[in-house]
Amino acid sequence: MKQQIIISGRGGQGVLFVTRLLAEAGLEMGADVLTSETHGMAMRGGTVVSHVKVGDFKSPLIRKGRADVGLFLTDANIPIHGSFVRPDGRRIVNTGRPGEYAGIDAAACAKELGSLLATNLVLLGFAVQKGALFCGEGVMRTVIEKMSRLQQVDLNLRGFERGLQ
Amino acid sequence: MTKKILMGNEAIGRGLIEAGCTLISSYPGTPASEILESAVTFAGDAPRPVHIEWSINEKVAYEVALGNSYTGKRSAVAMKQVGLNVASDPFMRSAYLGVTGGLVVVVADDPGPHSSQTDQDSRFFAQFARIPVFDPSNPAEAKEMVGRAFELSERYEIPVMVRPTTRVCHARQGVDLEEPQMIDRRAHFKKDPSRWVATPQFIPALHRRLNDTIDEIAGLEELFPSRISGSGSAARCIISSGVAFANVYEILDDMDLLKSVDLFKVDLPYPLNRGFIEAINTGYERILVVEETYPTIEMQLMNRSIRGRTLKDVPDYGELTSEVIERVLRTFLDVPGGAEEETKEAGGVRPSLCAGCPHRAAFYAIGTTFPKGIFPSDIGCYTLGMNFGGVDTCHCMGACISQGAGLYHAHAADGPDWPTIVVTIGDSTFFHAGIPGLVNAVFTGARFILVILDNATTAMTGNQPTPQVGLMADGTPGHTVYISDLVRASGVRFLEECDPYDLDAFTSFLKEADRFCRSDEGGVAVVIAKHPCIMDREARENQPRYRVVVTDECTGCQVCIKRFECPSLVFDDASEKVFVDQNSCIGCGVCEAVCPLGAIVVEETGGEE
Repeated sequence: MKQQIIISGRGGQGVLFVTRLLAEAGLEMGADVLTSETHGMAMRGGTVVSHVKVGDFKSPLIRKGRADVGLFLTDANIPIHGSFVRPDGRRIVNTGRPGEYAGIDAAACAKELGSLLATNLVLLGFAVQKGALFCGEGVMRTVIEKMSRLQQVDLNLRGFERGLQ
Repeated sequence: MTKKILMGNEAIGRGLIEAGCTLISSYPGTPASEILESAVTFAGDAPRPVHIEWSINEKVAYEVALGNSYTGKRSAVAMKQVGLNVASDPFMRSAYLGVTGGLVVVVADDPGPHSSQTDQDSRFFAQFARIPVFDPSNPAEAKEMVGRAFELSERYEIPVMVRPTTRVCHARQGVDLEEPQMIDRRAHFKKDPSRWVATPQFIPALHRRLNDTIDEIAGLEELFPSRISGSGSAARCIISSGVAFANVYEILDDMDLLKSVDLFKVDLPYPLNRGFIEAINTGYERILVVEETYPTIEMQLMNRSIRGRTLKDVPDYGELTSEVIERVLRTFLDVPGGAEEETKEAGGVRPSLCAGCPHRAAFYAIGTTFPKGIFPSDIGCYTLGMNFGGVDTCHCMGACISQGAGLYHAHAADGPDWPTIVVTIGDSTFFHAGIPGLVNAVFTGARFILVILDNATTAMTGNQPTPQVGLMADGTPGHTVYISDLVRASGVRFLEECDPYDLDAFTSFLKEADRFCRSDEGGVAVVIAKHPCIMDREARENQPRYRVVVTDECTGCQVCIKRFECPSLVFDDASEKVFVDQNSCIGCGVCEAVCPLGAIVVEETGGEE
């Protein structure tokens, strides 16, 4: 099993949390995991991207055109980070607009659930449902329960389930 | 033994605890901040108590760790690369005097840079100081190298640096956790004035001893860089270290060249192994060195034909991204294809102060009160005030106060109508390096307004406490030190404190401060802008929350966006009007004062979040 995933969004959208969930899911499945993140100055609402590599890799970074999957928390980032995804790779996008990708209005779904904070989890659920990721829903559910802050477990799980539908 | 996903910095913190370190000090700075936080998390696993502190700056942190090491106990200090500039004084001398208990100096470099003011290479700095340096390529290796660094440090009684880069610090990886070592040493400081006091007469002998130590380490067989790929019989080779090595390896693997290309991995870039230097120079016709960010390995090879940064086969600035390395490798190995022109990372959203950030209110008041003012500032979230004209200079920690003094002297020498100079500095930065500058400015008769942006935290690096917050790194109370006390003790005769959310009151203090500066007996006037960082959840929930809307009066002039730059004020291209993004607005209500037409309206709500 080898998969390279980029997660693209803006600071505050929960890019890092999704990164950590995917890393933990890889560990749970007994795979080697390497991820890379953006911190500091760039995070204050700026554009951020993180990389997840599951399987036998040495570098934490994904080269342009090498990612198997791109998770986009905002469609505005497709022109910016879209080139990371290989031509036949999957683009999973939080968007209200149709396009050449698998789109879901994750923000709207999250809002219905009562908090925009769940947007990232809705998108993650959607990606799992599309079969785009190395891991299945069972593993991901376990990891969400393990990694979420106590007050957030319920919201995160509901967000994830919503994305699965 | 369990495996856990750890960030590089967490792995380093874990490594320090596993190595039986008894004191760890640091000052927060991206990309190094999480090292100390991780040590706090893992200290519970240690068999002996570990003293862990956020020191007020890197020089202090270094000296605290040195003192602990003098007693024979293992010690560590962590910082970002520019932190080493601050700590350079004790760092340089500690090479000569050496240490007793192992001292590991973790210095995190930021090639690029992503979140720093320089692109400097701390391995170069280590070479300058004659201190050995390890260069890890991933989190698991970073942890392992911490252990090796302690062994080397104690064997040769010399500080040893571990230099991760941003990509290692902020990578995550499954890392094996081992039991922390049980090292039972009681503090024993052996007096030795010829060493610990080392006046100039003792330095030549210490210098010679240091040189001998470095020569000996350069001869250690166990540190001969390993050949990771190839047969060892090729005419050309690649030498690499750190995360650049990881990228080189993976790209060679993708190009199916691992079998035919000799790739060497250097764990200890300084001092570079003597036998290795000889073997490379005699064994290969073409040599490529790929390292970040300066030619540290390259220059020690002392071979003018080396392809690398000196001959610009490798770009001599910026981060060696995997795309850059791929192009370098294809050229060196004559492998065509792949590297089409780099796709430009189009646009992206620039970072800005958070919605509701109290710094924005302070900058707005300063800018409107002194439209012709000069605004030296400093390092922290508030540097983002540059987005809307609130920040005219940013240099290095604490520089703004002394630069403000210099700007004053320059203008005042030309006549009495000098511009108002308003210096802004964060609370943590003030503790770090602002105090000497303030004493100096007061004493030498400078006249400017110093606004200390006190948000009760070190916000940019992840909200670490300051001495005024009163909590130490592990959450236990320390002896609180107040900024206002320090300001008064510095000789400042004008001091006011005000919440910048209250624009009217804050503005009137600024005007009063300016009058003081310009009065006969004037000098430095200090206004403390006090409002907690709204990233602090409790603080956010405890402040009133208003509903902010933009009425039809809005003409789309965008004065609010240009002068206030709140991410919640958004210009709608379709209606050509501004609207409030209710998802990101925290309802501080400050922007009401910003619209020249009064089109931003603030309504009371129940106050709940």
